Amino acid sequence: MDISSSVFLLIGSFLYISGGVGILRFPDFYTRMHAVGVTETLATAMILIGLMLLNPEGLVLIKLIIILIMTLFISPTASHALASSAMQNNLIPKLDKNEVNEKETSSNS
Amino acid sequence: MIMGLYNYWVVVVLMMIGFYIVIAHGNLIKKIVGLSIFQTSVFIFYISMAKVDGGTAPILAEGIKQYSNPLPHVLILTAIVVGIATTALGLALAVRIKEAYGTIEEEEIQEKDNLDC
Amino acid sequence: MKDLLSVIMLLGIYSLLSACFFVAMDAVDVAFTEAAVGAGISTLLMLVAITMTGREENPSRHKPALALIVVTITGSLLIYGTLDMPYFGLAQDPVHLHVAPRYVNDSMQEIGVPNIVTSVLASYRAFDTFGEVVVIFTAGMGVLALLSVVRRPKDIVIDSSKIDSFNKCMHEEHLILRIVAKMLIPFILLFALYVQFHGDYGPGGGFQAGVIFAAAIILYTMLFGMNTARRVINQSATQLFAAIGVLLYGSVGVISLLEGKNFLDYRVLSTDPLAGQHLGILLIELGVGITVTAVMVIIFFNFAGRGNDQQNKENSDS
Repeated sequence: MDISSSVFLLIGSFLYISGGVGILRFPDFYTRMHAVGVTETLATAMILIGLMLLNPEGLVLIKLIIILIMTLFISPTASHALASSAMQNNLIPKLDKNEVNEKETSSNS
Repeated sequence: MIMGLYNYWVVVVLMMIGFYIVIAHGNLIKKIVGLSIFQTSVFIFYISMAKVDGGTAPILAEGIKQYSNPLPHVLILTAIVVGIATTALGLALAVRIKEAYGTIEEEEIQEKDNLDC
Repeated sequence: MKDLLSVIMLLGIYSLLSACFFVAMDAVDVAFTEAAVGAGISTLLMLVAITMTGREENPSRHKPALALIVVTITGSLLIYGTLDMPYFGLAQDPVHLHVAPRYVNDSMQEIGVPNIVTSVLASYRAFDTFGEVVVIFTAGMGVLALLSVVRRPKDIVIDSSKIDSFNKCMHEEHLILRIVAKMLIPFILLFALYVQFHGDYGPGGGFQAGVIFAAAIILYTMLFGMNTARRVINQSATQLFAAIGVLLYGSVGVISLLEGKNFLDYRVLSTDPLAGQHLGILLIELGVGITVTAVMVIIFFNFAGRGNDQQNKENSDS
């Protein structure tokens, strides 16, 4: 019981750290959103499952299940909200490097 | 001695950061942010004083002998809510100042006041 | 840092970290309140404020040397002052010796509520909590006085067909958000009620419940627009509710006075003193929750409504 729950908690923490590294290293807003949105939901789910394995019965388990369901709804919706508002405010995603240079030269000339 | 007193020093450092932000920046919103940091450092001061080694949260349960002190918790609960009330009022004042003077930088507001006199 | 948006986001992260710190210090009620209020409502209000005051900060011209000197002197004086303070966490510190043991030991017999923080807040120190509720009410009235927009009668005639067509085209843009919000808002309200009434047995109580209730209403307002929200939630009813909460609290106290005991002495509310304490705590937590909800909604509506009207005036002027 303890070993499996610690495995889940460790996987969750590693996913959070990798999402954080993704925010720092990715070049563009949309890629950063993708990194955080995907890893954050899975990491929260892993941590909650690890906590559920520590409390196998009782009211705490039901509360953790409800929190898990809520997180699965809320976290992807939040990333969608950010990305769609960026799209509507005309934040252009950075495409391949060659295409960006072509766009710059075509807008200059 | 350091191990016994470090929580107070952390509080003093945070308090001084908040104080510096209030007096060194001209933007009104940043002053309100500094005030909020100052308030949170005071909460940390009280709550760190309430902790007892080996105690748990002050909710009565079977088999627990030592509880943390609940009295500072009550005072800080009041303080948090009063803090946000004053922050809301401060922000409302900042919005009105922006409408009346056109800017929220302290120096420009003082210049406009001196021009009017 | 010139960008105020990043400053506010960092402030939100700072509040959340201090809430985690409070959990580590066994202060679960305080952590709950700080997470809900500091990381939630405070960040939101600051964001709404900078939409109206501008997002960038002008570079300052005066030198910060004098401020640094003042801060260093004050800091060193304070650290010199802490050298006499009692050490961290010892059970025989003076702060744990005088009134607190009486609260911890006698709370179960005198009040019968497992959460000691609630029993101290709502019964032993109920007068302080009364003052706090009045402070929140006053802050709401202050924001109303500063920011409310006087609506002329021709503005109030809202064309409902125009609002419906506006809503339909908005519906396409924010489809996912609206559907998910419609599914989640009932659960948020249910959670707020749970927190309100379980303040006796776990962390919770009136303040946290009021803030969560207001957060659900604010979520609805942000997604569906100010006009729809103004139709759903009547402004004068909200102001009435703010006053009703304070009145409920005060009348519980006055009833105790009329029965011949002290102000806010709950033992007279029922034949059994313990049941009287339970009833008194329930009523005043309800009063606190109602007032906090109404005041938070008033503050947000006035901030957002001011921004809305500023934008409308700019659109009609240009």
